Amino acid sequence: MNSIQLDTPLNKKAVALLKAGDGVLISGEIYTARDAAHERLMRLDEAGTQWPFDATGAVIYYAGPAPAPPGFPIGSVGPNTSYRMDPYLKAVLSKGVLATIGKGDRSEEVRDLCVEYGAVYLVAVGGAGALLAERVISSEIIAFPELGPEAISRLTVRDFPAIVAYDIHGGNVFDEVVRYTR
Amino acid sequence: MRTIKAEDIRDLVEKLALEAAFSLGDREITALKRALTVEISPQGKQVLQTLIDNNEAAEAKHLPLCQDCGSALVWIERGDEVAIEDGSLADAVNEGIRRAYAKGYLRKSILRGALDRVNTGDNTPAFIRCECVPGDRLHIMVAAKGGGSENTSALTMLTPADGREGIVNFVVDTVEHAGGKPCPPLILGIGIGGNFEGVALLAKKALFRPLGDPNPIPRLAELEHEILDLVNDLGIGPMGLGGNVTALAVHVEEAPCHIASLPVAVNIECHSHRHREAEL
Repeated sequence: MNSIQLDTPLNKKAVALLKAGDGVLISGEIYTARDAAHERLMRLDEAGTQWPFDATGAVIYYAGPAPAPPGFPIGSVGPNTSYRMDPYLKAVLSKGVLATIGKGDRSEEVRDLCVEYGAVYLVAVGGAGALLAERVISSEIIAFPELGPEAISRLTVRDFPAIVAYDIHGGNVFDEVVRYTR
Repeated sequence: MRTIKAEDIRDLVEKLALEAAFSLGDREITALKRALTVEISPQGKQVLQTLIDNNEAAEAKHLPLCQDCGSALVWIERGDEVAIEDGSLADAVNEGIRRAYAKGYLRKSILRGALDRVNTGDNTPAFIRCECVPGDRLHIMVAAKGGGSENTSALTMLTPADGREGIVNFVVDTVEHAGGKPCPPLILGIGIGGNFEGVALLAKKALFRPLGDPNPIPRLAELEHEILDLVNDLGIGPMGLGGNVTALAVHVEEAPCHIASLPVAVNIECHSHRHREAEL
């Protein structure tokens, strides 16, 4: 499968060209945020406080990495199940985030939000955290260290592999399932 | 009575938890390789190959197979003639888990309370289940159970009239609803019978059976086979991206129950089926 190279921060034009089912290789900075981090980001919004990273064109990776053993930039770092973050997505996309990475199908509302905001939802292979760690060059906790594995980290990645699950035109890779249903 | 030292239990739990975190068992690898030959979807094949490669990378680099190093489930069959010396069983188990998760740089995923949501920082407490069995041995099973798959598990109290068909429908609906969320291809632990809490334990324990071994009772083995086929016909496939391998195995356990009841539980396990066991 040919993969499309994507550099972060993303621009709307590059994102618009992506179609559900495309393979992508992401390079640049991405941000980990899972359940507890999203709840904290919403609290920052309520307080009118700035986010700890620039959300414009940003990629959020739903992940809680394992600790880095000595000599490694990070431990295993595969995707979380994404639907848990569905309630936060509208706020996240309205800040300018253009892609989220996780695993599993999400709500219809998320599909509509991707169309509305011109953003994509990507999936990485769940349970392949040791392999995905090889694509991470560096990692730094930038917010909420007290959350442990749920802190927000800035990862610098090279050729991080993912598949476009929802594109900005309403395409959904999980529709593939019907082709194999008997 | 036979005496077992608490520190020996601690050390064994530590060893088993570490082994489980860094490599799949032979059965699991064989099942994934077999799935690769059966899967017809190109995307599904690619996912399965990635999982096989991931196991090799985890072993070679000594990185955990998955960043979700799980809740630590420690299932103990304790012989009636076993006495624990120099400490308590629960303390020994928790200390073993604490050491494994620290030494192995495993992720700590346990909160001190579900509403409170503060991480305990050492992955304890372990979920300890202890069964009384005859004899003088201590059989210890350790599993790392991921949260994403656990979230898609389900329990229902059917009525006797629902029967076998009701059981099959509930299991298939549960897997269909889960889709790609629990990291298929799955292992399904299914409990039938017992009572409300017993059926969940039954489903959990079914996961400890060596992967793919059928239930020794032919009518239950037949049910396992039927459910496996139906689940694979759903088309969910590896990671839910479409395909004909949605589950690697179905393990059904049956137990006595009340005349009014037909409890059913489905404990969904991801492809990263990490467990080890040993005896003291």
